[in-house]
Amino acid sequence: MGSNLSLAYLMLSAILFVIGGVGVLIRRNPLVMIMCVELMLNAVNLSFVTFGKMLDDISGQIIVFFVMVVAAAEVVVGLALIVAMARRRPGATADDLRTLRG
Amino acid sequence: MVGLVWLLPALPLAGFLLLVFLGKRIGEPRSGWIGTGAVALSFLTACLVFVGLWGEPEHTYELSLFKWIPAGHFNVDIGILLDPLSMAMVLFITGIASLIHLYSIGYMHGDSRFPRFFTYLNLFVFSMLVLVLGNNLVLTFLGWEGVGACSYFLIAFWFEKEENASAGKKAFITNRVGDWGFMIAIFMTFFAFGTVTYTQFLPMAPGLAQTTATFIALMLFVGAIGKSAQIPLFIWLPDAMAGPTPVSALIHAATMVTAGVYLLVRVNPIIAASASWIPWMIAIVGCATAFLAATIALAQQDIKKVLAYSTVSQLGYMFLAIGVGGYSAAIFHMITHAFFKALLFLGAGSVIHGMRDEQDMRRMGALRKLMPVTAVTFIIGWLAIAGVPPFSGFWSKDDILAYALHKSPILYVVGLITALLTAFYMSRLVFRVFYGDARWGESAEGELANLNAHTATDAVEADDHADTHDDDHAHAGHGAVHPHESKWPMLVPLIVLAFFAAVAGVLNLPFTEHLEFLNRWLEPVVGENQAHLSLGGVQLTVELLISTTIALLGIFAAYMVYLKKKIDPRRIELPFFANGWYIDQGITAFMGGIGRKGFELIAMFDKVVIDGAVNGVGRATRGGASRLRAIENGYVRWYALMIGVGAVLIVAFVMTQVSF
Amino acid sequence: METAVFIVSALIVLAGGLGVVTSRNPVHAALSLIATLFGIAVLFLNLGAQLLAVVQVIVYTGAIVVLILFVMMLLGVDREEDLDTEPLVGQRLLAGLIGLLFLGAILAIVIVGKDAIVTGSHSVTNAISPTVSNISQIGTALFTTYVFPLEVTAGLLTIAVVGAVVLSRRPRDLEPIPEQESMTDMGDEPLTAIPEEGAH
Repeated sequence: MGSNLSLAYLMLSAILFVIGGVGVLIRRNPLVMIMCVELMLNAVNLSFVTFGKMLDDISGQIIVFFVMVVAAAEVVVGLALIVAMARRRPGATADDLRTLRG
Repeated sequence: MVGLVWLLPALPLAGFLLLVFLGKRIGEPRSGWIGTGAVALSFLTACLVFVGLWGEPEHTYELSLFKWIPAGHFNVDIGILLDPLSMAMVLFITGIASLIHLYSIGYMHGDSRFPRFFTYLNLFVFSMLVLVLGNNLVLTFLGWEGVGACSYFLIAFWFEKEENASAGKKAFITNRVGDWGFMIAIFMTFFAFGTVTYTQFLPMAPGLAQTTATFIALMLFVGAIGKSAQIPLFIWLPDAMAGPTPVSALIHAATMVTAGVYLLVRVNPIIAASASWIPWMIAIVGCATAFLAATIALAQQDIKKVLAYSTVSQLGYMFLAIGVGGYSAAIFHMITHAFFKALLFLGAGSVIHGMRDEQDMRRMGALRKLMPVTAVTFIIGWLAIAGVPPFSGFWSKDDILAYALHKSPILYVVGLITALLTAFYMSRLVFRVFYGDARWGESAEGELANLNAHTATDAVEADDHADTHDDDHAHAGHGAVHPHESKWPMLVPLIVLAFFAAVAGVLNLPFTEHLEFLNRWLEPVVGENQAHLSLGGVQLTVELLISTTIALLGIFAAYMVYLKKKIDPRRIELPFFANGWYIDQGITAFMGGIGRKGFELIAMFDKVVIDGAVNGVGRATRGGASRLRAIENGYVRWYALMIGVGAVLIVAFVMTQVSF
Repeated sequence: METAVFIVSALIVLAGGLGVVTSRNPVHAALSLIATLFGIAVLFLNLGAQLLAVVQVIVYTGAIVVLILFVMMLLGVDREEDLDTEPLVGQRLLAGLIGLLFLGAILAIVIVGKDAIVTGSHSVTNAISPTVSNISQIGTALFTTYVFPLEVTAGLLTIAVVGAVVLSRRPRDLEPIPEQESMTDMGDEPLTAIPEEGAH
């Protein structure tokens, strides 16, 4: 595979990352925000694998494994938080959490 | 066996931890036995280690447990240095501490904070062992502060009374002055040698610049006089008698106050490397303290105050010994003093206990028949401290005086006068307490409030010790004082200590080199810097005779004054002495007058400049915050956006740095 | 061939990503996410990371997205969201600006730097082997070089599970928090004044 295609992967990864990031910034539904975070993580994963390919190194794929584990843990805790929040106040958005402000 | 040395401090520490967490649940008699057991086991370990130490080269063993403060070039280990000096200290510390723990079980019986007392005592023994066993100055300082804190806790143990609490504070604050000196000395030592470990810097001491050595020695001396109650920092020790009597015996007579002496003996190469006025100063301060305290002790009415000033005086002897180069004599006197002074304090405690917390000698007398064991053991202690042969105090005091004569006749003469005064005031104490008329019948009757509780617990406690258990408590209702002998946990330590007070002189008899066990034992530590005495038979005999005469003269004088009543005691017990040369009053006057002005100035500075700066920072923060808090609006998305802004800035920065 | 696969997958990924961000209905967003994750799995295959591609499908689409959908159904939050209003003034503008700046910066680096952006040296010990299969190579690396991080992730997952259980346990005194009256009013009361003079 030519290096130009590798660069294309990196650009795709950057675009996806920014899409996810903007999504986190403008969406209010916490579930959607979590999904956007997943988008960002996947964008990073893609760039890791690409870098591994460019450097001919398996470690790029290994670290994706760890990112996936962290993502799984993050989703579990995040969803638990959403469940706890929705119990107290059904239909709450991320903005409503500002009542927690000290 | 010598590898067991870490158990020495570990056992009291374990006892302390057990008592601090479970003390209240364990309750009165058992917590005392746990505390005693921990220290007694430590003593047994010390004996084992002592046997093991004989096999070590130069009788020295160093054990590094773990790194404590590794910071660049500054490395401090938690390590143990076991050498003849620390071994001697450990043996008598743990031995006497075990006895005093046992004694306390009897003495503190019925106290509402009984377990806490043993908690503190165990912590104290632990700290003291850290102090003497630590292989570097910082660890010694840790123990030093530990014993200081325990001393504070225990002086103010009955803190319900205002004067006890303030006595604790006085001890603490006075010690702080000394600790300051010790700390400066540690800094200086590190600065000069790059290490604070004894085995590393002490051998380098002879090559040290004289000015540096003088400064370090001076600062260590400042530390030592704080802990060991020398002029001008001795004022806390008499007040420290506010604590329970076993505390006075253990901390303020036998062990803690000798820490300063230990420190100076430990760093003897530094003293040797310093200017010649340092040993002179130590000798003069010691000699002056010995004399001053002895004169004050002449006129005290409180039995514990007499013993307290006597302790100050004897510590002065030890400093005198260090100043004149008699390091082994200082340690010798420290050991014998620990025995007889602990004995005297415990005996005094037994008397106080039997007299229902009466401490004034004017309300005692003729107790010899009512308290036979206490009286006999106390008399042995008295003969020992007065310097009557063949009791231990005679030999150790004479050892010091021999070294003093070697240095200067003036020191010798002042030492002899002090010895005369010592014999006199101790005889006065014994005659007034154990002989003469019984003056306790006329004592105050209003002090029985806390004894009712005493009686109640006694009834519960009537167990297998009933045979020695005196039933005088049952008469508490009468109101009159009925002195009675104490129970066996209090008497056993008295008897053991009396035995050692009588015979401890054999440690270092001056007749032949063979008999100077302690001198030879301490040779690896102090040998190079010890002054060398070569006493001919005649000179030795004359000196021993002079000392004996002086002691007997003092006792005879007291006999004439207090038993034959040929001289009015008031001509000797001058108010000037009774008030401790007005030193306390002088300090109070100074602090209330000129000193106060100075403090007010400092307070003013504090208010305007320091507080101004502090409040100014506060105001500036508030002002800035009220503007900045607009961005803390609570929207999580807003915060995420700020992260994004940061990320963009970082990327922008990276872009300015890289070039392809 | 690879280029063709890349272009198709990249379009799916981007479309899915935009779909996640712009769908009013969270269920649609989740479905778009699945599309994106599938696209990335294909790209992984294209890059020679077969194991990751499979794990991507199983873990992400099979577990994580399903979990998210599950929670949606459980809580009934699948109602449509009003995307026309934005309570935070300027949030969207700024978000777009930041996004564009960031993207522009990264793209500029990639386009200008080309291959030079990868500055690391080529691996000697963990080189991708053409003979050994991808899965066994990853397995070997995970259980030799990376065995300690692997154990740590076990701890992390355990903690996450415990945390999730604790968080989602139904508390006994469950009361809905009353609706906040105003979303924009900050309701700032002045700080309690610091006493000017210390207690001297």
